[in-house]
Amino acid sequence: MKSSVIVFPGSNCDRDVAVALEKFQIKNQMVWHDESNLPKSDLVVLPGGFSYGDYLRTGCIASKSRIINDVLKHANRGGLVLGICNGFQILIETGLLPGVLLRNKKLRFLSKNVFLKVINVNSKFCLNYNKKNIIKLPIAHNEGNYFANNALLKKLEDRNLIAFKYCNEKGDINNTSNPNGSSNNIAGILNNGKNILGMMPHPERLIDPLLSGEDGSIMFESLLKSH
Amino acid sequence: MKITPDIINNHGIKPHEYKKIISLIGKEPNLLELGIFSAMWNEHCSYKSSKKYLKTLPTKNKKVIQGPGENAGVVDIEDDDALVFKIESHNHPSYIEPYQGAATGVGGILRDVFTMGARPIATLNSIHFGNHNHPKTKNLLNGVVSGIGGYGNCIGIPTVGGEVKFDNSYNENILVNAMAVGLVKKNKIFYSKAKKVNQPVIYVGSKTGRDGIHGASMASAEFDENADEKKPTVQVGDPFTEKLLLEACLELMKDDSIISIQDMGAAGLTSSSVEMASKGNLGIEIDLDKVPCREEKMTPYEMMLSESQERMLLILNSGKEENAKKIFNKWGLDFSIIGKTTSSKNLVLNFNRKEVANLPLSSLSSDAPVYDRKWKKNLISKKKNLPKDFKSLKISESLKKILISPNNSEKSWVWEQYDHTVMGDTVQKPGGDSSVIRIHEKNKGVAMTVDSSSHYCLADPITGGKQVVCEAWRNLISVGSKPIAITNCLNFGSPEKDEIMGQFVETIDGISQACKYLDFPVVSGNVSFYNETQSKAISPTPTIGGVGLIKNLDYMTTINLKEIGSYILVVGKTLGHLYQSEFFREVLEIKDGPPPEINLFNEKNNGLLIQTLISKKLVNSVHDISSGGILVALSEMCISGKIGANIKVPRNNISLHEYLFGEDQSRYLIEINEENNVEVSKILEKNNIYYEIIGKTQKDSLYLNNEFNIKLNDLSELNSFWFRNYFKEN
Repeated sequence: MKSSVIVFPGSNCDRDVAVALEKFQIKNQMVWHDESNLPKSDLVVLPGGFSYGDYLRTGCIASKSRIINDVLKHANRGGLVLGICNGFQILIETGLLPGVLLRNKKLRFLSKNVFLKVINVNSKFCLNYNKKNIIKLPIAHNEGNYFANNALLKKLEDRNLIAFKYCNEKGDINNTSNPNGSSNNIAGILNNGKNILGMMPHPERLIDPLLSGEDGSIMFESLLKSH
Repeated sequence: MKITPDIINNHGIKPHEYKKIISLIGKEPNLLELGIFSAMWNEHCSYKSSKKYLKTLPTKNKKVIQGPGENAGVVDIEDDDALVFKIESHNHPSYIEPYQGAATGVGGILRDVFTMGARPIATLNSIHFGNHNHPKTKNLLNGVVSGIGGYGNCIGIPTVGGEVKFDNSYNENILVNAMAVGLVKKNKIFYSKAKKVNQPVIYVGSKTGRDGIHGASMASAEFDENADEKKPTVQVGDPFTEKLLLEACLELMKDDSIISIQDMGAAGLTSSSVEMASKGNLGIEIDLDKVPCREEKMTPYEMMLSESQERMLLILNSGKEENAKKIFNKWGLDFSIIGKTTSSKNLVLNFNRKEVANLPLSSLSSDAPVYDRKWKKNLISKKKNLPKDFKSLKISESLKKILISPNNSEKSWVWEQYDHTVMGDTVQKPGGDSSVIRIHEKNKGVAMTVDSSSHYCLADPITGGKQVVCEAWRNLISVGSKPIAITNCLNFGSPEKDEIMGQFVETIDGISQACKYLDFPVVSGNVSFYNETQSKAISPTPTIGGVGLIKNLDYMTTINLKEIGSYILVVGKTLGHLYQSEFFREVLEIKDGPPPEINLFNEKNNGLLIQTLISKKLVNSVHDISSGGILVALSEMCISGKIGANIKVPRNNISLHEYLFGEDQSRYLIEINEENNVEVSKILEKNNIYYEIIGKTQKDSLYLNNEFNIKLNDLSELNSFWFRNYFKEN
């Protein structure tokens, strides 16, 4: 499997996700945002960070980068795209995923481990979560409060496009297990074709028992298995 | 423009210092030259009051690669890896403008580290605020925490630890001390000393604006009632540009283009150019027309004194300019050749084809004033009779009062605003004795901690100075590391007052004694004087940042209790010292009396013994016993491990309160498995280490016969209540 990690000025999880991809034998290349051609890839990753310093609006300027044209083509051909944290914000700005990401409910940055329920275990990103669907991953963001109107929420629910919801240790999805105020506790969503995943939590940060868990590893194993 | 006594005074230069300037340069300085002297001769940049005493600190051992005098200290951590680290204050700006003040404090210390070729791997901080009821505290705390987070989160370097404290003495002078730690290969360290004449001097990074003019001078004076008017002297940070600057510098550092490099921190272009040239015993000539400016019509005076952030000065090997320029352009940063090294040993500035300043470099550096200020010995706060009735206070109520107090509360409200897991190597998060970062792709780690104890230092600066070094040492030992070295940030009032100078001199004496005894040298740091408002000074607050090495992360230890049914031991002798303890301060509101004594012999022996036990894998968890004493330390172990304890106080001749809340030093709590008990006891006895078994771990509650049985959930709720309540969050 081949992947490309797009590096924007201000990306800061690019190395972390590259380390994770390589750990699972996915052949990865770093691609500078100003390139016009995407190398042949099965998976494109938009990493976390503060592309363009979050100026104007999170993800907004990055969504106009030169490389994005090729990322759009790749996505529209059905190629896999994974956006993590700032990457999710960029995916929303490109229009590849619907909704908006607002500032967290408490209006402050939030960095902690949270529990997630894997809602859709059929996508190529999450196949292996069928054995373990309550997982723990870190979040670290200021604008992760997913908002969608009722019609969109209904569509996401009906078509099984919600990948993850925030929950507690037991899997209960409610207000107290919602760290940032997201509609319906949404932590990650898929597009209609289920080849694009945007998520606020960081799977690349939990791929090692020394770092208090390996729930992130399961996503990379799923990607490999689906290939 | 005629230089009048008023202008001299406004530059923070004393009349006798002005006379010295004239005699050194043989002429009256012009305004620009006077500004340059003011930037270089102020306390913040010249260390004129502290130099004499800083020289007495131990700065070397076999691990030290670079001690004080460079942008940061460097120590060897084996396998050709080296750690670069330093702590620095940003107190004055943070009080005037908390968000930007704190943010640029982080930005500045990060530049000090990557200037030396290191990729930063972590930051820590020590922040002190006034009483929580003081009208400014909430806003300052909120601003400082978001500023630290705002900068560190954006640049993508984990903020992994630190301390947050409250005390009346900081009501009008908060402290923001930031520490950064970076990793570099031993043969790729970059220094600031210029070499060779006629080499190009390059300006890179952000453009120069009018922000932060005279920032260093502002930080070298006390505040009056118009502190708010100093806002324009506060720099404005842009972590996004710093991230680009970091990547661009590290990219350029891959080959041998750079002769020397220095960040433009306090006193900006002035201090960076002066320091580089004078370290190399060369001269430097700068054409100010070439300085990239953010605003129109900036004068030479403004360019030389601006403290705009995210800028660096490089001296390149001539011929390497084109390639370097390409790298900086790729990252969208300014790159301008602004001058060259010369043999004149002078700083020469040109603007509009005219020479606008010409000063011998020695007058700005080696000939700058050094003072041997008067100082007075501190009277050590005496013991008074203990209040008679304290023994009738319920232990459980006292414990609850301490756990719910702002200083002893659990601080996740703060550190959850810092991205502490980015870079994927944070193996021990905030909340333990030290934070631990794994060396990328290796199984070794670096432990780091930041500590201060201003109450102890105010009561007795010598003991306080020793204690804070020992505290850092103990925190590093507790996570299974071998302590290597420290960096210090010395926060005091005005050195022009005998008693403040006395606090400084004695604190240094204490720090020095402990560092020497523990072979724990000081490799970098800074001094922040004039933390005073309307003549009221802060308590003496030396902040110590310590680092240690864990050669094999399989041997890392943490504070959380691991198993039910294991033994809990106190290592070190408990005498029951209650003066300056949290019990006296929070429960009885007694604030005088001496701090607990430090016995360096016991400190070292007890610490080395803990190291031995860890190396034999005989302990499940370790926690040093510090403020709050045994009972608070044990509560923290219970809360973090979600395991309770059933304790029994050993027979002795002190009261229960003294035993459980006493703050005697050099002690640790350890958890050991039942089957290791015999072996652990044997080792402790063989080494003449005093220890006591105080109980066993159990499910769900903390229990002491006839006294209390507190549910773990309640304990944890109490400990995390204060911050949520203060900020009205649930």
